[in-house]
Amino acid sequence: MKDNSKSRLFRPGSNSSLFVTAIIAILLSFLVAAVVMIATGIQPKGFFDALLRTMTGLDFSRAGTAQFFRPRYVGEFIQVSLPLILCGLSIGFAYRTGMFNIGAEGQLIAGILCSNLIALTLPLKTPLLAVLCIISAGIGGGLWAFIPGFLKARFGVHEVVTTIMFNYVAMYVSNWILKALPGSNPQRTVDLPKNALLGSDFLRKLSGNSRLHWGFIVVILSVLLYNFIMNRTSFGYELRAVGFNRHAAAYAGMNAESRIILSMVISGIFAGLGGAMVAQGTFTYGRVLQGFENYGFDGISVALLGGTRGVGILLGGLLLGGLRSGQPLMQAMGVPLEIAQIVSGLIILFVAMQHGIERLLLFFGKRRLEEEKEESVPEESSLNDALSPGFEKAAAPAGDAAAKATAGKDAEEDAEASASQQA
Amino acid sequence: MKTDEYVVEMRGISKRFPGILANDRVNLSLKKGEILALLGENGAGKSTLMSILFGFYHADEGQIFIRGKEEKINSPNKAYDLGIGMVHQHFQLIDNFTVTENIMLGNESVKNALFVDEATAREKVRKLSEQYGLNINPDARIEDCSVGMQQRVEILKVLYRNADIIILDEPTAVLTPQEIDELMVILRNFTAEGKSIILITHKLREIMQVADRVTVLRRGKMTGTLNVRDTNEDELARLMVGRHVNFKVDKSPAKPGHPVLEIQDLVVRDARKLKAVDGFTLTVHAGEIVGIAGVDGNGQEELVQAIAGLMPIESGHIVLDGHDISEAKVRERNEIGLGHIPADRQKYGLIMDFTLAENMALKSYFKAPLSKRGVLNRPLIRSQAEELSKTFDVRSGEGPLSLARMLSGGNQQKAIIAREFATNPVLMVAAQPTRGLDVGAIEYIHRRLVELRDEGKAILLVSFELDEVMNLSDRIAVIYEGRVSGLVNAGESDERELGLMMSGSLHKGVESAEEKNAATPSEKGGKA
Repeated sequence: MKDNSKSRLFRPGSNSSLFVTAIIAILLSFLVAAVVMIATGIQPKGFFDALLRTMTGLDFSRAGTAQFFRPRYVGEFIQVSLPLILCGLSIGFAYRTGMFNIGAEGQLIAGILCSNLIALTLPLKTPLLAVLCIISAGIGGGLWAFIPGFLKARFGVHEVVTTIMFNYVAMYVSNWILKALPGSNPQRTVDLPKNALLGSDFLRKLSGNSRLHWGFIVVILSVLLYNFIMNRTSFGYELRAVGFNRHAAAYAGMNAESRIILSMVISGIFAGLGGAMVAQGTFTYGRVLQGFENYGFDGISVALLGGTRGVGILLGGLLLGGLRSGQPLMQAMGVPLEIAQIVSGLIILFVAMQHGIERLLLFFGKRRLEEEKEESVPEESSLNDALSPGFEKAAAPAGDAAAKATAGKDAEEDAEASASQQA
Repeated sequence: MKTDEYVVEMRGISKRFPGILANDRVNLSLKKGEILALLGENGAGKSTLMSILFGFYHADEGQIFIRGKEEKINSPNKAYDLGIGMVHQHFQLIDNFTVTENIMLGNESVKNALFVDEATAREKVRKLSEQYGLNINPDARIEDCSVGMQQRVEILKVLYRNADIIILDEPTAVLTPQEIDELMVILRNFTAEGKSIILITHKLREIMQVADRVTVLRRGKMTGTLNVRDTNEDELARLMVGRHVNFKVDKSPAKPGHPVLEIQDLVVRDARKLKAVDGFTLTVHAGEIVGIAGVDGNGQEELVQAIAGLMPIESGHIVLDGHDISEAKVRERNEIGLGHIPADRQKYGLIMDFTLAENMALKSYFKAPLSKRGVLNRPLIRSQAEELSKTFDVRSGEGPLSLARMLSGGNQQKAIIAREFATNPVLMVAAQPTRGLDVGAIEYIHRRLVELRDEGKAILLVSFELDEVMNLSDRIAVIYEGRVSGLVNAGESDERELGLMMSGSLHKGVESAEEKNAATPSEKGGKA
């Protein structure tokens, strides 16, 4: 019985196995990055110190002094993470419906544009303006994603192609409009009104003068909403059904076309809200962009690292945010900017190798659990896919065994206990 | 010792998976030049046993002797080195590669240490094909090959790697009766050449037809190894299922009521824009089972898809329970009372990455009580699935939380049937409802369909297995080139007559359709 409960927890593809693989992917990427640093004569310690200091605010070299904990780092790192998390939600949402929204970048820009426009044109004097800006940013992102969604559902135009193109359109249209606003110069607009911004003196004080802003509330609500829609609503059920198997969804009477469009729109709304974080939180004026700022592209990493689950995306966004906001500090400690980028690249590489990691876990679990040694099988998923339904009976327990091997890695004692139990 | 008269001997093989003893001290022996059938229900452990022989799994206990010598087979490559080859049920072919490219894949011969030597490979493929009468063009693309030919390519792949012990996993599940006969001839050619064959199957008739001996497994245990000529189908079925199996479907005469499904002059074009269904007319009444017999590819799939609303119709009408549904959306049809057991259960019937509970809610998730104002009632979805699983005997490792892909084929099908029955339809369209299932599951599904009929529902059964159509139906409509070529009462026809109608050379009982198609001379000429 104990075995069964274990295998249920650690079934490949389940939340907990996604978590374990993500952790291992992160550790492996740190390891490889350390090797790269050593090979190029850089002290890896600088990198890890900087990352730790960025994400916790703790500086152990100054333990015992007032400089030991500096909340400004934490505030900054959270502030940088917010749009990344929203972009992760954006990509994750479309991904669960079977689409790859490369256009979060453009939808984020559309969100920034809408937020800037409302902030600079609505003559409101209350904080309601900030709320309206956020809402308009969401709508802007959603509308921007509607077009590729419509083209996909209606004419089968692949969303990767359209969304990439729409990124450029968004950037240039946004630049053109912002430059045309009264008072703008070729680089920026005039300052946004104070009541459109998300920063507050309270948060500034709390976080040692960082740019931390109220946007984190939007992010938390978004994560909750994401989970609620996906798992609790019949709409989310349909989205997942369409994402997994369009034929069966049609058979069940679902309207796949409208689900695809709606999913893209919601995906765009998340990215647009990310735009509001940047427009009203990070900056205080509208900017003419020189190029992409890669929020949307890092969002892909965040979504994959988070296994497209809400909480996973939250954590993934924080990690990528840490790597991003830690870069100045790393440079100060003699670690080039590129190392952080290498690490984020490696994380994605290893997350993409999820099946490989599962196999690796299998391998170690196999050593631990003598009776599972038959699992020197081809990769789990390929086994399931390749073999016939007649094999599924056999393949299913194999999957469980794989899962249990994962458990063996994760909770050694339990696994050993169950091993001795089996023996 | 007698070990050397066997090419394969597996002794006391046990294999345990968490929670399941898949093989329990199984003995299996294969003589040179014989066909050994491995018989058992889904989940009886046949596949596990063969996976052990083929090196996918390792046995927990037991020994394997190949040609009298004990071997440890720890990978399929090792199995190939020992001359063991396996033909999987689901083909592992690359569609846009040619036959030769597929066969040499992973085993490419090389010339000048750099270039793939396709010419030599092609020649070898051609020779093997000739030698065993496989009738394969080495340059054909897989996407252009029929299912039967693709299977022969898989067999050729095994021969190409010089296997002389060949395992075939449910080879006939996807074949038409004619292709099955061809396959049996090929297998006989193999044994004549001294190759030895293990045939995994649950079709008793095939065993009686082609096998020399049969080993029966039930729930991981071996229940017997028999000479085929000393046994009969009844005994094998009993050994396999553990009780007497009723091949004949028990049913009382139908009491047909009002018409439930009326199809008038239906025309449906297939993906290639050809008229797959071409002037099809048929009425199904409440309380009867109408079976559609016909050779695969005569419009059955398109007919079912058109009724289900998954394919647009070109002309004609479909009336369900008084509602014209010719243009209706899928959901409208479902809500009027259309139940549909799709032929391809993994493509249409289930979402393989959904749990059993989620799959069982597929037709009712959007309305009360399963959801209210768009919010799912997940505990109810789960408990409903639990109840349905109990009623319909769906067995799964983790109950409603099992992923659909973890279920055996029979249980997947039962899950679909449970769901479709639970919606309480007025019409049940059952397309290939027992394909690939074992005797026990087939018996169960047949009984359920008859019960549904007796409740006064209309049932349209589409099957390529003539036996099934004849056993289960009250009336039989034969479909040929998208039209009804014959409409008979089940008791008043026989296999020969139906066969003639299936090939279009006999027309019977289709006056009404005849008049409609009076303009077509071939129809008139074909009238019996």
